[in-house]
Amino acid sequence: MDDSILLAHGSGGKLSHELVEKQFLPFLANPALNKLDDSAIFEASGRLAFTTDGYVVNPIFFPGGDIGKLAVCGTVNDLAMNGAKPQYLSLSAIIEEGFPLSELAKIVKSIKKAADEAEVNIIAGDTKVVNRGQADKLFITTSGVGIIPPGVDISGANARAGDKVLLSGTIGDHGIAVMSQREGLRFSMALDSDCAPLNKLVAQMLEASSNIHCLRDPTRGGLATTLNELARQSKVGIVVDEAKIPVKEEVKAACELLGLDPLYVANEGKLVAIADPADADKILTQMKKNSYGRDAAIIGEVTTEHPGKVVMKTKLGPSRIVDMLSGELLPRIC
Amino acid sequence: MEFCGGHTHAILRYGIRQLVPKTVEMRSGPGCPVCVTATADLDKAIALAHLPDVIITTFGDMIRVPGSYSSLQKAKAEGADVRIVYSTIDAVEIAQANPKKSVIFVGIGFETTAPTIAASILKAQQDKIKNFYVLSLNKLTPPVMKALLDSGKIKLDGIVCPGHVSVIIGSHPYEFIPRDHRVACVISGFEPLDILLCIDKLVEQIEKSEPKVEIAYPRGVKPEGNKKALQLMEDVFEIGEANWRGIGIVPQSGLTIREKYERFNADKAFSVSLKPPREPKGCRCGDIIRGAAMPLECKLFRKVCTPESPVGPCMVSSEGACAAYYQYGTLENSQVT
Amino acid sequence: MCLAVPVRIVSIDGDTAETEIAGVRRRVSIAFTPEVKVGDYVLLHTGYAIGVIDEAEAEETLKLLEEIASLSEVH
Repeated sequence: MDDSILLAHGSGGKLSHELVEKQFLPFLANPALNKLDDSAIFEASGRLAFTTDGYVVNPIFFPGGDIGKLAVCGTVNDLAMNGAKPQYLSLSAIIEEGFPLSELAKIVKSIKKAADEAEVNIIAGDTKVVNRGQADKLFITTSGVGIIPPGVDISGANARAGDKVLLSGTIGDHGIAVMSQREGLRFSMALDSDCAPLNKLVAQMLEASSNIHCLRDPTRGGLATTLNELARQSKVGIVVDEAKIPVKEEVKAACELLGLDPLYVANEGKLVAIADPADADKILTQMKKNSYGRDAAIIGEVTTEHPGKVVMKTKLGPSRIVDMLSGELLPRIC
Repeated sequence: MEFCGGHTHAILRYGIRQLVPKTVEMRSGPGCPVCVTATADLDKAIALAHLPDVIITTFGDMIRVPGSYSSLQKAKAEGADVRIVYSTIDAVEIAQANPKKSVIFVGIGFETTAPTIAASILKAQQDKIKNFYVLSLNKLTPPVMKALLDSGKIKLDGIVCPGHVSVIIGSHPYEFIPRDHRVACVISGFEPLDILLCIDKLVEQIEKSEPKVEIAYPRGVKPEGNKKALQLMEDVFEIGEANWRGIGIVPQSGLTIREKYERFNADKAFSVSLKPPREPKGCRCGDIIRGAAMPLECKLFRKVCTPESPVGPCMVSSEGACAAYYQYGTLENSQVT
Repeated sequence: MCLAVPVRIVSIDGDTAETEIAGVRRRVSIAFTPEVKVGDYVLLHTGYAIGVIDEAEAEETLKLLEEIASLSEVH
């Protein structure tokens, strides 16, 4: 077999079948997928959560992960953020002609590993190949279905005044890890992306308390953007304490170097929870038992003042507004 | 008044205005090199981007600034090869890697950056790189301070002197300020306590009526500055007039490439025809840049002009007063009146 | 232009040096600070060391800043 993707791999003929049978199936095998029917059939009852996301990260391999791991974790996490137990994923890959098969193999293995950890099966898939130059190496789209246990009602609109705001760990790790690989920025550090499936962490948190009102993962746009989204959706104000927000020293240093604010840098393995103040401490204790929540902290609370806005008490004392990310996160020089 | 975008940013980020007594009023001066770049100069950079076989390299801050009709980002979206670099070193490397293209570096900045641009020209010469050019838009800080003070249009008691510009130029170039204008001068660092220390020293000078130039950032700034950096600047650049947005032509305030390094001068190597520059209607960046107005006094601020859809440079550059106000505003000044 | 960050010199190689701060490493040009030694702290601006940080002065300032910080806590 050739060592890179050819247009013929996408044409539906022999090479396409070979691609699926040799590159994907052996790793992702499960009864539904193995049937290779036009659609996967499964049974489910109760409230279902459904989500989709496209993954175009560049570079596709970064410290701590790759586009495959991201594609699984991202969608698993979106389901978990509504309290759903993720069940099945679909995966669509658009591959650029000339993409090395060895790299594809690494990514598929990564997908398998992430899916196993999250305990989900990929039951439907599709691959397309486009001409060289028409896609940046590889784009992946995953959709996911999960089941929401009865009695769980989590939504960005549910925050109430007095609720506590919890954060599951350090911010900025993913964005900085990815940036450290980009050309032109050239700094090196031993920092991995925090890319991780959070569904088990969420399940444990739900065991500790049935009064978790909101869950959200601060991906693109960072913690600041997510807090603003929640404040707007719930029509409440949020106040956070800068001193309580965990940031790794290396992330702080890299942000200083690049002129970025960690509050706006992407995370792929963290969550924000807004919960009844009476349960906040026991939720925190539970979070810390999970390796993805070991640096968890209560970082603030919800208020009736300044609805829709997020205010941060700075380390020095005065408070300032924390707005959503506007425009792109560009490294600044000045 | 502070004359350094880094200070503008820090003052707002750390809420310094809330910590100083109400008797101290702080105004932002022309310290943001992106904001003070004349529209016509930016139009030139954009026009150069559209030339065939040209790669434009620029610091990230410039890419979204609206020129008269377009921006470098729009030019990129239209197919121009515009690349963000972190350092002039990267720009030279891009030139080396693309010998068939002309690589033009958009040289904005003050005295902190000027030596790095000088160094890049010298490196290109040393390595016999024939396709590297600089569009020199570098400006100098003390001359614009002089211009603002001479104009009498703004009454200042003290100046927070730039921190890293002073690492390069030292403290002597500011001596005309207390001497000719009786204005207090303190060079400040960037940590919140550095800035408070600086303001404390300024107030002390003002109260004692003893204006002078003081270094409140001694760990980084020496009175004589960085001689090696100044030497390199002197070798590569000569001083001439420069066009400052919002202020106009300021004599002896800009750096142009000397004749002996002419072949690296983008102005000499390329010619572009430009439509007349125009300022966006209602934009008060000019007034804000020279401290004559605050962002809240601009009718477009926050209503029409936002970081997503900026009208003028003060909102685009993260060092610009408007962007800093928008991002770090207090609850009071974030209300749209 | 002002963003400059203090970094520590780890090793020197001609007119460049490997620097480090809180685990982040970067190679910088020392064209303007040829006198640096390993262990010195320099101010890094767009890939160049623009000045050497004077340790004695840094300590003095730190003491002063700590004084101010303790005063502001009283308020």
